[in-house]
Amino acid sequence: MGAIYRRELKAYFTSPIAYIYLAVFYLITGYYFCMANIYYATTDMSTTFAGIFTIMMILLPLLTMRLFADEKKQKTEQCLLTAPVNLFEIVMGKFLACSTIFLIGMAIYIPCVIVLVVLAGNISWAPIIGNMIGLLLLGMSFISIGIFFSSLTENQIVAAIISFLVIIFLYMIDVFALLFSGAISTVMASLGFYSRYIEFTQGILSINSIVFFISVIFVFNFLTVRMLEKRRWS
Amino acid sequence: MIEVKNLTKQYGQKKAVDNISFTVNDGEILGFLGPNGAGKSTTMNILTGYISATDGQCLINGIDILDDPTTAKKEIGYLPEQPPLYLDMTVKEYLSFIYSLKKCKLPKEAHLEEVCKLVKITEVYNRVIKHLSKGYKQRVGVAQALIGNPKILILDEPTVGLDPKQILDIRNLIKRLGKKHTVILSSHILSEIQATCDRIVIINNGVIVADDTTENLTHNLDGNLSFTARIDGPRDEVLKTVSTINGVDSVKADDEKEPGVYEYEIKVKESADIRRELFKRIASRSWYLLNLKSNELTLEDIFLKITMGMDVTIKSKKNKVSAANSAELHESVDKAVAAASVLGAAVQADEQKGGEE
Repeated sequence: MGAIYRRELKAYFTSPIAYIYLAVFYLITGYYFCMANIYYATTDMSTTFAGIFTIMMILLPLLTMRLFADEKKQKTEQCLLTAPVNLFEIVMGKFLACSTIFLIGMAIYIPCVIVLVVLAGNISWAPIIGNMIGLLLLGMSFISIGIFFSSLTENQIVAAIISFLVIIFLYMIDVFALLFSGAISTVMASLGFYSRYIEFTQGILSINSIVFFISVIFVFNFLTVRMLEKRRWS
Repeated sequence: MIEVKNLTKQYGQKKAVDNISFTVNDGEILGFLGPNGAGKSTTMNILTGYISATDGQCLINGIDILDDPTTAKKEIGYLPEQPPLYLDMTVKEYLSFIYSLKKCKLPKEAHLEEVCKLVKITEVYNRVIKHLSKGYKQRVGVAQALIGNPKILILDEPTVGLDPKQILDIRNLIKRLGKKHTVILSSHILSEIQATCDRIVIINNGVIVADDTTENLTHNLDGNLSFTARIDGPRDEVLKTVSTINGVDSVKADDEKEPGVYEYEIKVKESADIRRELFKRIASRSWYLLNLKSNELTLEDIFLKITMGMDVTIKSKKNKVSAANSAELHESVDKAVAAASVLGAAVQADEQKGGEE
């Protein structure tokens, strides 16, 4: 797992992907932070965090699209799948490498919070930490979804677009839930990413939502492992 | 040791590999020969655990590749048809990655250096793989398979895309490796397999059509041969004279190659050796034998024979021999005879198979 993690991490920085991702992420976070916190002189970061949801929907599939699609196209997956490592290690190595880039992006909030502390002197930590946890879980869920769709195709663009569409669907699912009634509606509404995430930005740390996002991460990584397994048999 | 038992791989309706069984003993170099699409790569992919068989079993040193893939894969070094190279890495980074991927326990620096020296890639060690030539990429692929000193090496067409010098290098390397490792080597080039392998398995349409040692295949001599001779002498008389030689099946004149010099295609019966008699007759008539070329069977000929049961057209190969140089002549004809024998054995196997059915 370590070997794959290190390789993927290095690959992000030998190609422009990591730099572009980080630059865009920093730029937009900075913009939201300036407009919402500095301009209005508030320590309430919920607007800043809420805005990031949409950005991550677009940016994270760009980070994950390469992970398996490119291996398949370049036939390098043959090297991974014939090496004495199990599929779970392969998937986790890639997942953690991608999550690391995401975390490096998230680190921009540290200087933001420091600026707030310096300017305001006193901030309430609970909502900020809640927001951080929420954003982290959301991002990693998006990553696991992206990796799964990357394992379905050998075309990176297709992988990115499908991941993006699925994430949008999960974002909008609350709206679709209104079209149905009864159990279906309840199930669909409870799958809504946005309503779960928005709880965090409001400073509510709900165990339900935490378990929900961790389950999403687990399920999609598991599906990726199964997908790789299945491909051997087809 | 590799044991393959009743292996079948089905893609939809098509059977890529159909119930094949063979064993490779320790320290043996096995040549896997077949035309493109015969099922060579599929078999190798199953052996290495990259894909799964529809039916049958693969034992690597007694371990089933499906039951305990991690342990079985540790024993194997695999070079797929297209070397699995990460183009954005340097050779050093890539081999280090493979080293940790295979959880190799050997001293790292020394081991990587040894492998690089073996496949002669030391001079490109710090270069990015993307910028390497095809030959170097192929060799990095071989290096990758050698990392961790696996007992078994599976090489899928290792010399594809290399220049003649590199082909020779790789062949010698494989021969050397064969002393310490068990090697399976696939190719669609007959001479390549003959040059390196102890044993040959010929596969066609997913079915094994021949499985024997190179020597045994050579001894089972059968099949017709032909020679191309360039003779300086009157055309009609040469035709008449040559056709009376004992063992000549037919002779026909080709184009006029030089003024008054024609090329004759001489077909012989049952691999009769007519070379000495031919030389004597021509000399006795004071004509000149300018060139004598024995025509080897190509793999295509063999497959035509196997698959269609038809008489093969003997194609000429670049195997020109000066008539005066009898040592060379012997060697060249021996080669032709060896090639013909492979054909014979293959046909026998085919007939046997037909009988069984």
